[in-house]
Amino acid sequence: MSDDLFKLNIDGQEVEVPRSYTLMQACEEAGAEIPRFCYHERLSVAGNCRMCLVQWHGAPKPIASCAQTVGDMRMNPDGTPPNISTQGDYVEKARNGVMEFLLINHPLDCPICDQGGECDLQDQAVAYGRADSRYELNKRAVEDKNMGPLVKTIMTRCIQCTRCVRFAAEVAGVEEIGMISRGESAEITTYLEESLTSELSGNVIDLCPVGALTSKPYAFNARPWELRKTESVDVMDALGSNIRVDAKGDAVMRIMPVINEEVNEEWLSDKSRFIWDGLARQRLDQPYVRKDGKLTPANWGEAFEAARDALSAPADKIGFVAGDLIEVEQAKAALDLARALGVQNTDCRPAGATYGADGVRERYIFNPTLLGVEEADALLLIGTNPRKEAAVWNSRIRKAWLWNDLKVGVIGEAADLTYDYEHLGDGPDALKGLFNRDSEIAEALRNAEKPMIIVGEGVLAREDGEAILAAVHDYALEIQAIKDDWAGFGVLHTAAGRVGALDTGFVPGEGGASTATILGGGMDAIVLLGADEVDLSKTGNAKIIYVGSHGDAGASKADIVLPAAAYTEMAATYVNTEGRVQMTRRAVQPKGEAREGWAIFRALSDVVGKTLPYDSADDLRAALREANPVFAGLGYAPGSAGVEALKENISSSGAGVGSGAFTATIGDFYMTNPIARASKTMAECSLQKQGLETEMAAE
Amino acid sequence: MALRRFDLEAGGDSFAFKPETEPTIAFWLGKYPEDKKRSAVIPMLWLAQKDNEGWLSEPAMREVADRLEMPYIRVYEVATFYTMFRLQPVGKHHIQLCGTTPCMLRGANDLKEVCHKAIGKPMSVTDDGRLSWEEVECLGACANAPMVQINDYYYEDLTPESLTEILGKLQNGAEVKPGTFVDRLNSAPEGGATSLLEGDLYDGSRNAISALPNLPKDAPADPAPQATEAPKTAAPTNTKREDGKTTLIKDSKPAPKTQDKPETVEIAAGEEDDLKRIKGIGPVNEKALNELGVYKFSQIAAWTPANVDWVEDFMSFPGRIEREDWIAQAKTLATGDETDFSKRVDAGEVESSKDEGDE
Repeated sequence: MSDDLFKLNIDGQEVEVPRSYTLMQACEEAGAEIPRFCYHERLSVAGNCRMCLVQWHGAPKPIASCAQTVGDMRMNPDGTPPNISTQGDYVEKARNGVMEFLLINHPLDCPICDQGGECDLQDQAVAYGRADSRYELNKRAVEDKNMGPLVKTIMTRCIQCTRCVRFAAEVAGVEEIGMISRGESAEITTYLEESLTSELSGNVIDLCPVGALTSKPYAFNARPWELRKTESVDVMDALGSNIRVDAKGDAVMRIMPVINEEVNEEWLSDKSRFIWDGLARQRLDQPYVRKDGKLTPANWGEAFEAARDALSAPADKIGFVAGDLIEVEQAKAALDLARALGVQNTDCRPAGATYGADGVRERYIFNPTLLGVEEADALLLIGTNPRKEAAVWNSRIRKAWLWNDLKVGVIGEAADLTYDYEHLGDGPDALKGLFNRDSEIAEALRNAEKPMIIVGEGVLAREDGEAILAAVHDYALEIQAIKDDWAGFGVLHTAAGRVGALDTGFVPGEGGASTATILGGGMDAIVLLGADEVDLSKTGNAKIIYVGSHGDAGASKADIVLPAAAYTEMAATYVNTEGRVQMTRRAVQPKGEAREGWAIFRALSDVVGKTLPYDSADDLRAALREANPVFAGLGYAPGSAGVEALKENISSSGAGVGSGAFTATIGDFYMTNPIARASKTMAECSLQKQGLETEMAAE
Repeated sequence: MALRRFDLEAGGDSFAFKPETEPTIAFWLGKYPEDKKRSAVIPMLWLAQKDNEGWLSEPAMREVADRLEMPYIRVYEVATFYTMFRLQPVGKHHIQLCGTTPCMLRGANDLKEVCHKAIGKPMSVTDDGRLSWEEVECLGACANAPMVQINDYYYEDLTPESLTEILGKLQNGAEVKPGTFVDRLNSAPEGGATSLLEGDLYDGSRNAISALPNLPKDAPADPAPQATEAPKTAAPTNTKREDGKTTLIKDSKPAPKTQDKPETVEIAAGEEDDLKRIKGIGPVNEKALNELGVYKFSQIAAWTPANVDWVEDFMSFPGRIEREDWIAQAKTLATGDETDFSKRVDAGEVESSKDEGDE
């Protein structure tokens, strides 16, 4: 037997597991199922629910398998591996006892409980519960607590597993939930019932094994067995978190995370989770055409006629601007139409940004991969606030900081990121002489085996973004962040559609204008592909065609509105910030007359006489794969595969590195896109946050 | 245990440690490394409670959290876990009444009644802000049950009367000396010792072993105990192992002779003396003496040493008569004079000298 492996006899089956395993993990390795409430594989071990009891033959008492490290166990007296039973009368009796205690104070309100049907306690009570109760005294009742607009509490149901407490402290990094008092009076609460401030607070709902913490917006809406579950991809940030969209009829009822170890583990940010009511509000469900200064409903024919008229302007007076949530198919169709019309003015980047035009993919994706931060030993964040821009990844940084002793440095906004970091400066000036700088993090980066440098949108959206990117890249080469098996240089995007649009080549063509120029006046016609985050105040007399799902900034300014499907309503390709190609699936039908984006452009191309060469989404995707093979690799992040291209110096064509601090790209975490702005839940969160922030500023 | 929540209204907005507390804070913080200073949370909360008139307000708790750089919720957890951190205002004198079994058996429930009457509900404060009370679990002074703790001191062996008096004094601003409220020293028996009275326990005469058996030869031997008189009995052992047989060793002292039995008298009912006025004679001993035919002080005064030995043996308390000097007491009382002890008995102050039927 090797030193780091340990042999066990579990239910008569011999298994060999690492000594660091808990007995529960070993039992699962042997195929046994162990019931549990407090244990969670991504949280520290508490060992307080006692549901996971197993029998260790020879031990005087049942063993809580979650808290027993295998390496601490001893052999049988005759030297054979310890015998564990996960079944049988002994174990059953122990677990029945635990279950009876848990149920003493648990209310019998399953019929009105939102957890009903997906409740760990309910499920395990079926296996281990009694048919009746022997408890004749009054059950205890606990006051419900305020935890903010997202988490509803029915604290009488709480079984004090403390998963939420451990999640807040360990993963979310905001110590806001705790267990107060003791014994029978023990209660879970936030400090004086203040609202949770974490961007990940919704995850406590999934963690809660009973119905004590449930989703406030989803309360009493549906039962899990009535819901149609569709696995899909989130577009609220550029991480491409894997989600499951639960729908009933035509409405999305809730969004849950799906485990993807490489992307979101099993967490989901609050914006991604609670956005769904925005999918039913402010929707563009039919085409509109502006008549006499007012947007009036029209049919598709009329709208296309008007669009054809607008697009009959000279090609150099037409611009296409893609927004943050654009899917690859729409970008491809729109780009093909633009080029067919001879239009070179196409851009998918925020105004002023100049990166990505050279088509070298490695320079605009997140090469080290999201998972890579767990391998890295030093991390430098430049012009990004991952807590707001990529909340789920931020928890992974925190994990690495907590367990791997990751050193973090920040250039840019000095925000509370839930972990300690060294603040090197606010703007590009901090990059000068960074290599030789006498600071802990500079030295850590210099000596790191796997240093990681992440550039955020705060850098890229600047006029001098490319020059800074080049300077950072030089620094990355200097500290040897880019080697054969490690690409420690990458870009953290904030928009789900950006990388995909860049991969289709949605940048200005030969002599074409970029976003700032297109929107800066002088165009005759502008096509907005869900572009709402851009400044539309200087478009002059240009006719604006807006293709998108929500009535927001773009639609209100538009002359022609072509309603498109939202991300839950179509099978579409998105590429996350790592360059990982993922597909959404259609969970519900598009609203009203809305159509998938690519289909709109395919139909429009017919109207303007430049018919695009694909009749179905499959044809389109075949064309996509032909144009850019990256689209063939579904679910795959290139990581260090592109390290050769990354090794070349970036030559910055534009202005040199300027000065001035990097500004935060996301002001209000809850209001970053049209869907979020349509969501009441997000509006509540936003108000809550502002209330909190003003209160703190006043102190 | 009731729900424990901060009294936010009474807590106000601010709290500051008293300047004289700072050295103590520095002492506690000094015990832990800088990055582990949260270890000092309990003493710090305790100091905050001391500096905040005996209770922990929310601002006081926040001050502790800020000083220790802890999230508020973590300190809140500690403050609510330990019930000795009081989250509501208390009176100037906060009474913690022990209600655990020994105190309860000795009358804690009567004391609770007193508190209910004099102060009100638990954790309520009297209008003058002087008194408040709560029931607590065992305070570890069971030998002096029933008892209460008022602020930092124990008040023991209470009766409803003595507690009423204490509360009255405290309410009027008078000081009350802590400690026991009956005639005893600390936890010693009331009215003097009742056991371990044998003189030879203390004169070293029982200590027959003069050297430890396994001591190395060159080790300095313990100085031999200085016996002041010859041991009356053998070493305190009752078995002797020999050849695998166990034989009981008879007491070496010869059995008392019957002729040493003191003289008995026959008297008419009502003529007997109250023997309990002799220190050392309680109702039980009196009854035993009466059964022997001893009713009068004069009889005891006339005992010879042989009589004393006989009586001591009969009543199985060797040496006691001599030590408590019954004969001298009896001589005094027989003449009609009084002793200090008999005065107290006559005044009814000595509980153990009352007849069983008296209460």
